[in-house]
Amino acid sequence: MQSRLLWNGKHMQERIQRLAIQVLEFHAQYPNPVLIGVQPRGTFLAHRIQEALAQLAPELSWDFGLLDITFHRDDFRRRNKPAEPAATQLSVSLENRRVILIDDVLYTGRTIRAALDALQSFGRPSSVQLLVLVDRRLTRELPIQADFVGFKAESQSHQKILVEWEEFHGQDQILVANDNTP
Amino acid sequence: MNSLSVRHLLGINELNSEDIQRILSTATEFKEVLQRPIKKVPSLRDITIANLFFENSTRTKLSFELAQKRLSADVLNFSGSQSSLAKGETLVDTANNILAMKVDMVVIRHSAPGSSHFLAKRLAGFPKSKHAQIINAGDGTHEHPTQALLDAFTLQEHLGNLAEKRIAIVGDILHSRVALSNIRCLQKLGAKVSVCGPPTLIPKHIEQLGVKVYHRLQDVVNSHDALNMLRIQKERQEGSYFPGNYEYARFYGLQQQHLLGIDRPPLVLHPGPMNRGVEISSEVADRPESLILDQVENGVAVRMAVLFLLASRP
Repeated sequence: MQSRLLWNGKHMQERIQRLAIQVLEFHAQYPNPVLIGVQPRGTFLAHRIQEALAQLAPELSWDFGLLDITFHRDDFRRRNKPAEPAATQLSVSLENRRVILIDDVLYTGRTIRAALDALQSFGRPSSVQLLVLVDRRLTRELPIQADFVGFKAESQSHQKILVEWEEFHGQDQILVANDNTP
Repeated sequence: MNSLSVRHLLGINELNSEDIQRILSTATEFKEVLQRPIKKVPSLRDITIANLFFENSTRTKLSFELAQKRLSADVLNFSGSQSSLAKGETLVDTANNILAMKVDMVVIRHSAPGSSHFLAKRLAGFPKSKHAQIINAGDGTHEHPTQALLDAFTLQEHLGNLAEKRIAIVGDILHSRVALSNIRCLQKLGAKVSVCGPPTLIPKHIEQLGVKVYHRLQDVVNSHDALNMLRIQKERQEGSYFPGNYEYARFYGLQQQHLLGIDRPPLVLHPGPMNRGVEISSEVADRPESLILDQVENGVAVRMAVLFLLASRP
């Protein structure tokens, strides 16, 4: 697969830092939101945001969780890849809490729809915001928008945005590639 | 990771160790779902499942039904005694009629060994029924795969990786479908499996399955990581295999005193229903360390995993 660099590690770290500051500003207005990373790929960004928040405001503590949405997907039995559930770690009730969902790329919106559905199992949040590193704004299939956005990408649906993380892939970078998988 | 290698769950025999690990790891995620305030997920909402129970069952039937409902499937329940079977309809005709109503999966319990294999093979020949998936919920004395999977899941929770762990199956091995499925499942996970019971209740040539045979209960208690105590299956026994319940309890019933004085006493499992005072004493069954109710709890998560993984096969 041919890929092209969109943003390097330095850019990514700057944007993550800015997103963390936006979360802090949100906290100033609506105290103690619950931060929830969407499994599997949103967890890297969620951990980075958590680290950045710990540096920016070490006196604060945050409710933090990971959410797996496999059982709530709308493409069950409709795609060739086997469903692969990951762990959900959410020890707090979301009843009347403000939730910030965290994922790496917002593409069709279907993952976030499934995540909104999955959240219901943990109570009724008073509000849900969405934080993403990359917003692919031209390829939405559902009426879902992000509240906090790192980068905006103009990519088309035949392309793929790959967010790579130092702790998993060896270095931080965001690539665009032509998607040849059916 | 791949999908399961099988279309139906007919027995542990047909699964490879990767399939088993896949089911157990998926069950871990479903166990978490079952701890949530809302214990239901929408995965199987466009799937209809018929539960055909031609033989009595409490736990397995309720557990399958609950697993199906937690996955949002539509469920049809059927029990042999109230059906057209009493009017002389054959198994294949009954199944075909149910499948003609656009049912996707059939969970079957039947007293004839091999009944689910038979059904899977025959249904493949009918255009309206060939897409159905069959799950064996116990076929006579042959296999009971979901019981073996939930036993393995429960053991893994407490022992970690089962490779090289020593696990004994105690009691009526001859009439037990749980025994055969457990032996195969545990061996595929790398465990060392033994059986223990009176010689009349141990099948001839069982050593050929690679199990060690014991006839003294205290010997297995002293040397194993876990014991699976099987029920004496009075309803399947033709003739006399031991003098009476009192003698059986005296020689093969697990008592508190068997477990005393052992550094790490073995974990105790029982697939239920228990004959208290026969194969297991009430003191042992009701100890806080007893895993018998954990098995029941885990049964729902494991069956959810089986249904989910079979349904998600492309």
